[in-house]
Amino acid sequence: MKWNRKALKKKGRKTMSPRTRAAESMDPDVLKKMAQGIMATRPDEIGCEECFKQVDHFVDMVLGGEDAAAALPLVQDHLSRCHDCREEYEALLAAVRATS
Amino acid sequence: MKDRTNSEWLDDLRGPGRDDALADLRAFMVRGLGYSLANRSDVDGTLVEDMAQEALLKILDSLDTFRGESRFTTWAQKIAVHVTFSELRRRHWQDLSLEAITEPYGPDFAPDTMIDPAALPEQQAIQRLFLETLQRLIGTELTDKQRQALVAVRVQGMPLEEVARRMGTNRNAVYKLLHDARQRLKSRMEAEGLSPQDVLAAFGS
Repeated sequence: MKWNRKALKKKGRKTMSPRTRAAESMDPDVLKKMAQGIMATRPDEIGCEECFKQVDHFVDMVLGGEDAAAALPLVQDHLSRCHDCREEYEALLAAVRATS
Repeated sequence: MKDRTNSEWLDDLRGPGRDDALADLRAFMVRGLGYSLANRSDVDGTLVEDMAQEALLKILDSLDTFRGESRFTTWAQKIAVHVTFSELRRRHWQDLSLEAITEPYGPDFAPDTMIDPAALPEQQAIQRLFLETLQRLIGTELTDKQRQALVAVRVQGMPLEEVARRMGTNRNAVYKLLHDARQRLKSRMEAEGLSPQDVLAAFGS
């Protein structure tokens, strides 16, 4: 969605009507992700707090060549659903990979 | 940097070796953040230094919560990354209210532009049915907060943490709010005969 935020900033919120902005962001990919997000909902998902508690362990396993997704499937599941947590996971992985 | 085991890190940070350990940890975090944020235009050296400093204070406050399941340095870097992304998200979204970005999605939530023009006709038919059902259920089954969070996150790409800031709660609670909304929408859709398998297949997954 980065492009969308950029478009929003560039054109300015005052000159663009809310409806135009709404229409601009309504592309098939948004609907596809919503469909996947909703229809693949499971009752045992963990939240961001639990993911945060385990993600350092997950990263060390990945970098150690272990199957982190199999060992910590609920962390893997959360990372696939939560953009905030995935973004931090990827940054952490890159940081630890570069410094160890 | 001196090589330390997890317990040496903890001992040093709590004991007479504290100053050296702090300096080492700070340098380690600055280096890691530098690597992982290298391609972002909204990050400079000052920000990285500030974030490492803020992370250091948090780390010292929460040493007792380190569970020892990872390397200490990975655990510390996790806190530094979290602090940094929280700040970057706050800066990026600071001028936008939740109302401003969700208000356009009132009654006209479902324009045809959301149907994939490249999909097969039968897939498009299910996509349209899903979209129409979604539009109706969002209006009738979700709370105002659930609807706002769903649109802000899924349509506008607002981070959960920024939604949480505006709702006076935390990221975990917003995830739970969205999870409950998804669960509700899914079971209502199933009750109306839209099976998860058919919908997922119609979207090519």
